[in-house]
Amino acid sequence: MTASGAVSRAVYGRGVDNPWLSLDYLRRSGGEVWEHLQIHTTLTVEAMLIAIALALPLAMIARRSPRLSGPILGLTGVLYTVPSFALFALLAPFTGIGRTTVLIGLVAYALLVLVRNTLVGLQGVDPDIVDAARGLGYSPTRLLLTVELPNALPSIVAGLRIATVSTVALVTVGVVVGYGGLGQLMFRGMQSNYRAQIATSALLCLALALVLDLLLVLAARWAMPWARSRARSAAV
Amino acid sequence: MSTIGDAWDYLTDPVSWTGAHGMFGTNLDGSLRFQQDSIIALAIEHLYMSFAAVAIAAALALPLGLWLGHIRRGGGATTVISNVSRAMPTLALLTLFSASAIGFGNRAVIIAAAIFAFPPILTNTFTGMAGVDADVREAAFGQGMTRRQVALRVELPLAVPLIAAGLRTSTTQTVATVPLAALVAGGGLGVIINTGVATQRYGQVLAGGILIAALCLGIDQLLSRVQRAATPVPLRATTVAAA
Repeated sequence: MTASGAVSRAVYGRGVDNPWLSLDYLRRSGGEVWEHLQIHTTLTVEAMLIAIALALPLAMIARRSPRLSGPILGLTGVLYTVPSFALFALLAPFTGIGRTTVLIGLVAYALLVLVRNTLVGLQGVDPDIVDAARGLGYSPTRLLLTVELPNALPSIVAGLRIATVSTVALVTVGVVVGYGGLGQLMFRGMQSNYRAQIATSALLCLALALVLDLLLVLAARWAMPWARSRARSAAV
Repeated sequence: MSTIGDAWDYLTDPVSWTGAHGMFGTNLDGSLRFQQDSIIALAIEHLYMSFAAVAIAAALALPLGLWLGHIRRGGGATTVISNVSRAMPTLALLTLFSASAIGFGNRAVIIAAAIFAFPPILTNTFTGMAGVDADVREAAFGQGMTRRQVALRVELPLAVPLIAAGLRTSTTQTVATVPLAALVAGGGLGVIINTGVATQRYGQVLAGGILIAALCLGIDQLLSRVQRAATPVPLRATTVAAA
């Protein structure tokens, strides 16, 4: 009788010790947690790098020809309105269950924020500065790379920070196609009512977002020595 | 491709829309049950959960934002709230709830969605109120208006465009968040996708994705009209969403 009582209590999670935070969990499943943290981090970083590589040229095209800026912003806007859960579902039948699907989804979401902020940054460059550079005989390419982009950097960095932090959170939705990084641990923790697993992975998610955000702030300070005194006003 | 064919078959089969046993039933405790195999019932459930969440969030965020914006304090706190909510995965909150006293199901999802619907409304209401020209405020006080009159008759009307933008952002985002309910035994259109993945019917998964995407785009379009209508004509060109 006591044995069956113990089993039913264990099954329902009552009476058994089920702490939210437990060193014991880390000791036993540290390897697994580390593995999922790595997946989460590499997925986020890779998605951001691809998104940057796509967003910068798109924003520059949109900047050069106002006729294309409407469609580019419109398309990225539509992509952004489609929920991640639905986007993964739309992609899964074609790109399969797993990493590729999640990666494509993440890139799509980061893209809108990056394109929009880069464009806003480029459009916000003081026309007098552009004029002066042109008067000095700068070619369009040199103007873009050495004058316009550096001046647009605060806005681009603000976009990068928003996109990176959102991407860390979005990775967890990948659970729906079986590849959600730390979300995978949260989901399994939920299915087995294992509080330590859920809380640990949730905290790690927040910590990862915080660390990546800090790294971006530091990188931005390094890249924009002239803006250090007004860094506060540039941060969004 | 057969997946697209399957999706088409699913979407054109009347039974997928009305459900095999009708759209509504009764739970054991006598409450209304949305049948989980009917697109229409799931869509209604989806909208009900979304609007419940936004209503709760708005009931808390609007007064708070109006007050903070009027006294022009707490701008830093609203920014911190919106940044933290961006970093917090919805799934984390849902799974944390499920293992706590709040439990599984629609109620937990509505609470979680309300928490995420809160920051955009708060930020935009605050920004709208705090952004009112100081001269306008001054003039209103100079005419002998009380604080309450200044807040409700001068600042609030001028802040309406931003508040409407915040409500739109928040609602669209909530309709997009609710599909996650399917992962924690809740209802809404996400169920179609979740069931499809679990049973390896990718046509149904695709159909579910299309339905949710269409719902979100439709709601966003509808709300952009409402937002436009709520914005006084002279302010229309300059309205920019803050969040």
